Amino acid sequence: MSRLSGLRSVGHKLYTGEIEYDFVGKKKRWYALSAVILLLALGGWLGRGLQQGIEFEGGAVYTVKKDGVTVSQARDAIDEFRGDHEPIIQKVGKDEVRIQIGSKETENFNQIRTALSEKLAVPVDNIDSELVGPSWGKEISEKALQGLLIFMVLVVIYLSIAFEWRMAMAALVALIHDIVITVGVYALVGFEVTPGTVIGLLTILGYSLYDTVVVFDTVKETTRGIAKQNKMTFSEAANRGLNQTLVRSINTSVVALLPVGALLFVGGGLLGAGMLKDIALSLFVGLAAGAFSSIFIATPMFADLKERTPEMRQLAKRVAQHRAAQAKASAKAGDAGEVVADGDDDAADGDDEPAEAGSASRVGAPRRQQPSRSRSRNRPSGKRKH
Amino acid sequence: MAAPKSSTRGHPGRALVFITVVIAALYGIMFATGETTPRLGIDLAGGTSVTLEAKPDAGGSRDAINPGNMNTAVQIIRDRVNAFGVSEAEVQTQGENHIVINIPKGTGEKEAVEQVGKTAKLYFRPVLKAESQPYVPPAAAPSTPPATSPPPPAPSSPAPTSAAPSNPAQGQATTTPPAATTSASATGSTKPSTSATAKSTSSSSASSSAKPQGRVIPNLPEATPPPATPPAANPPAAPATTPPPIDMTTSPTQTDGTPVPGVTPTDEEKFAKLNCSDPAQRGIGNTTDPKANLVTCDSEPTEGQIQKYILGPAVIDGTDLDSSQAQLPQGRAGGWEVALKFDGSGTAKFKKITGALATGQYPTNRFAVELDGAVVVAPTVSQELPTGEAVITGDFSRKEAQALSNVLKYGALPLTFTQSEVSTVSAALGSDQLRGGLIAGAIGLFLVALYSIMYYRGLGIVSLVSLLVSALLTYAIMCLLGRGIGFALNLPAVCGAIAAIGITADSFIVYFERIRDEVREGKSLQPAVARAWPRARRTILVSDFVSFLAAAVLYWVSVGKVKGFAFTLGLTTLLDIVVVFLFTKPLMVILARKKFFASGHPWSGLDPARLGAKRPLAYRATRRPRPTVEPKEA
Repeated sequence: MSRLSGLRSVGHKLYTGEIEYDFVGKKKRWYALSAVILLLALGGWLGRGLQQGIEFEGGAVYTVKKDGVTVSQARDAIDEFRGDHEPIIQKVGKDEVRIQIGSKETENFNQIRTALSEKLAVPVDNIDSELVGPSWGKEISEKALQGLLIFMVLVVIYLSIAFEWRMAMAALVALIHDIVITVGVYALVGFEVTPGTVIGLLTILGYSLYDTVVVFDTVKETTRGIAKQNKMTFSEAANRGLNQTLVRSINTSVVALLPVGALLFVGGGLLGAGMLKDIALSLFVGLAAGAFSSIFIATPMFADLKERTPEMRQLAKRVAQHRAAQAKASAKAGDAGEVVADGDDDAADGDDEPAEAGSASRVGAPRRQQPSRSRSRNRPSGKRKH
Repeated sequence: MAAPKSSTRGHPGRALVFITVVIAALYGIMFATGETTPRLGIDLAGGTSVTLEAKPDAGGSRDAINPGNMNTAVQIIRDRVNAFGVSEAEVQTQGENHIVINIPKGTGEKEAVEQVGKTAKLYFRPVLKAESQPYVPPAAAPSTPPATSPPPPAPSSPAPTSAAPSNPAQGQATTTPPAATTSASATGSTKPSTSATAKSTSSSSASSSAKPQGRVIPNLPEATPPPATPPAANPPAAPATTPPPIDMTTSPTQTDGTPVPGVTPTDEEKFAKLNCSDPAQRGIGNTTDPKANLVTCDSEPTEGQIQKYILGPAVIDGTDLDSSQAQLPQGRAGGWEVALKFDGSGTAKFKKITGALATGQYPTNRFAVELDGAVVVAPTVSQELPTGEAVITGDFSRKEAQALSNVLKYGALPLTFTQSEVSTVSAALGSDQLRGGLIAGAIGLFLVALYSIMYYRGLGIVSLVSLLVSALLTYAIMCLLGRGIGFALNLPAVCGAIAAIGITADSFIVYFERIRDEVREGKSLQPAVARAWPRARRTILVSDFVSFLAAAVLYWVSVGKVKGFAFTLGLTTLLDIVVVFLFTKPLMVILARKKFFASGHPWSGLDPARLGAKRPLAYRATRRPRPTVEPKEA
């Protein structure tokens, strides 16, 4: 019960925008979690390898649609054509059987189809067939890799221009993070990798970055003019931006995952194997990883990179000094509670009534102060524009 | 404070009218042209799709893979597919080295697919040596994978010793059965003269598929009496062939003693090992070197026999062939035949080779048409053919003649291709998949709508309506592009559209969150909407650009189905920007004036109290009047 109300209050705070979680400050925790997941993913990838669909080995797939068709019937029917590979036969949906053979002889391709139609008493037109040359999958993945590299280069260039190179780097790390996790999940769970998977994976590129870019855009805003004050370190400001977009990030991820989940449900549950399921599955895994990385990896990493610049180091020093002074002052005043938060409030406010800031809830305080401050900075420029 | 508002006044209505007009116009065009549904791809409508990949030539050089050659190949393949009466087949290049052929369900689909597979270069080569072997179907001999293959050919492989028996056997094996069916007299004369052999072979083919056999004669009405011409051509050859038995024994003697000119020991070795019953060894699909000898098989067995050959270097290139045509003999009895016509240089070469071959003895009086590494037909020649026009006879059936003619005519592709992927989808499964995609889309849209409305209440409705506008635009453009640029909606494209729901909805969420931020700051709605826009706009543009970049790169490098996905993703990303700019934003500006939203009704999703706005009541009480007055001033 208490947990439920706790959840509810988190939900409420999200809704009202009061949430203030120190993502950047607790980055080590998330890095560690990420590292564990990445290690698992890499271990699965290198250890178990990927289960590749016929597109990567060459072969043929026949899908027979008939009421009441059974796997054993299909096995009997295909038996005489089996080559050096054991045919893989799966029941799909309620009235379909999927037969996968490794045979590469193109000339038997149509023969087998005809034979299956005779033996299973199904019109040839009800048998779907797919023949794949052994190099097809390799070709697709080569193209995919090529696309991936081109895209990464372009995005790094673009983000370096639109934002700065540190953001580009952090975004890239987040992107690679997402891809490794997705591939790792495939290896660990043993999902089959098909061209559909590759399509999904490539889409994650765009999506993962999309998410990261939106967060960065806000971070850029909240950290504007950061060097001109001494109340906040860069990391704190970045964290504030992150929290501001938190609601959006969560909503976006939910909204993106809902249709993909529906696709997965229909593609995997109702239709059985197929391209629909393949694309949806990798999208689903990748989107989830992307939502995680844009919040827990990209921004903390960017803040890390940024903190290493001389200006930001100085700023951190100034902030520390300022806070020490504040702490001393407030200790003298005999106000023991909420040293840092109060100090921050008082400093940022200036034009605000100190009474209100003091009485405001602890969580809400920094969040309310900061935007108003940055807003007052933005205002003139806004006016000039119009 | 007045500035931002004045900039957005007046505009919103115009933008909404504009986008309504655009949508109306698009749907007007749609209904006017009858393009009310998107063209469906093969995987949704049913049909066959073949992806071919151009192979580097034998030397590994990729120079030949250039747009010019690719376009020629597309043209030839298109002709070839259309020759089978396939309607609406689609042949196009993809990337730099792929050709995709989409053949809808319907007549000629199967034949066309098989023909499209035969996409090789065509060469005319002289036969240096030929031998027949019984064809053992692979199903009956499952234990003859490449590893164990050497044994089976063993019976026929000791060419020097057993070739003598086997060779004659072959010489007649193919000839005798047909002889029975057609002209016994021809077979009777087989042994005495080469011309007769020629005739007999022609009749052999008569019996059935006849591919490896056949006979070339001039395509002249005067040449119609075949008995007349062979003798004419024979005299020169006659002296050599006078001892008919020698005809049979020549090859053995050639093999051990003075070999057939041009046949190397390596060729002989390969020839001996070759087992044509094993499809893997038959050499189909191999890239061959036209300048070297070729040891290969018939592409298909005839009458339970399959021949293997040592062929000389190519004499005529398939491109030298001007035309070929299946026809019924003029003034002659017999089945279908295939007429050939060479171009200028082809005529000269053909004259030369037929002149040389006509003096040879069986089997060296034959030339082989090599397609894709295997022999399609190897007719005998009994006279020099100087006009560049000839007929391959062999009592073909009409279908066979047409198939052969197509191979000859369209086989001369400038490039060698391999089939990367062939997929056949039944209309039933296609429509299942389409239905699945549509159901998924509907469920997805419903869930997104539900979530938005629960979370954003009134704003959720705005986002839902915006999504619908986006869907309307996407649908109309997909329908129109079907005709415009040949866009076909395939399954990945449907997935792309569904995945795009998220990206589109996100733009609204970005904007809404900005507005809510402003409201939390204590602003009343109109200034909040106005002020939120420039910041939301930048975020939307930046993130959509990244998404579009991903789609564009994907579209650029991808092959096949992936392209459809990338295309819809890119299209919906662009439409997202259009909808946000021309619909959602103006709509918000207008709605902000309405009391329901402006007063922060609990169901509007903009209730300042619920949002935890700063100084809720006091602030509003003091500052509210100002904004409501300002619009009137501006």
